[in-house]
Amino acid sequence: MALKRNVNFFEGLRYKGGGPMLAWILHRISALVIIFFISLHVLSSFFTLETGSDLAIAYNTLYESVYFQVIVYFCVIFHAINGLRIIILDTWPKLVEYQHEATWFEWLIIIPIYGITIFVMIQRAISGG
Amino acid sequence: MMMRKVPQPGWNLEYLMFVFTRLSGLAMFILAIVGVAMALIMGARTQMDLGTLMRWTFFQNPNHVLDSNIPDVTAGWANGFWQIMEMLVIFLAATHGFNGLRVILDDYIHSIFWQYFLRVILFILWVFAIILGIYVILGS
Repeated sequence: MALKRNVNFFEGLRYKGGGPMLAWILHRISALVIIFFISLHVLSSFFTLETGSDLAIAYNTLYESVYFQVIVYFCVIFHAINGLRIIILDTWPKLVEYQHEATWFEWLIIIPIYGITIFVMIQRAISGG
Repeated sequence: MMMRKVPQPGWNLEYLMFVFTRLSGLAMFILAIVGVAMALIMGARTQMDLGTLMRWTFFQNPNHVLDSNIPDVTAGWANGFWQIMEMLVIFLAATHGFNGLRVILDDYIHSIFWQYFLRVILFILWVFAIILGIYVILGS
């Protein structure tokens, strides 16, 4: 059952949850982005297979653009690594004591993987190949 | 002796989906690792670039992304093993995702009528996405 809160959006933002709260918000936002992206992806695959229509081709060129991929790749990699953190903390509840450290450690994993990948992607996009 | 019916905690929808979300998350990690490894093995000969590698990691289908080119698609990807892998990805990802949407909507929608209405819509979309995905997998 939904919780009835008497807190508006901006009061909610002032809640000092720190790193884990940011991770929770980003997990939710990245989930919405991924669902939107993949649903359109499945539809686009279907229309490409069936009709090869202009709409499907247009959507293909949209998600082949490098800007789109930079955003989607961040969402996927963050959702994956943060999900792994949630699984680990849920499986061994004693570790929740170290959840701030876990969040920092998570960013230590995400930043190098994401940084190297977008470096290569942007380099390729600039050099046109 | 008085026997009292104790409601069993767990094994309701919430608990099952809680477990399923964790397990499907781990399973998708494994599927992605297998996908990226096989993409590297098959693509190393053809100088596959990074974008192509990432796309072929998640959904190994020739109708998927038009500009990702693996020259010998029919030899490499269009067989039963990869079709089963794709169906697993579609099923796990769609169920994980639409269940997540249900949880998010329950957080923000307070009216019970709208909760159930949106759940029905999400269920239809979930079935639709899986059928569409399997159709694309088998049809290409």
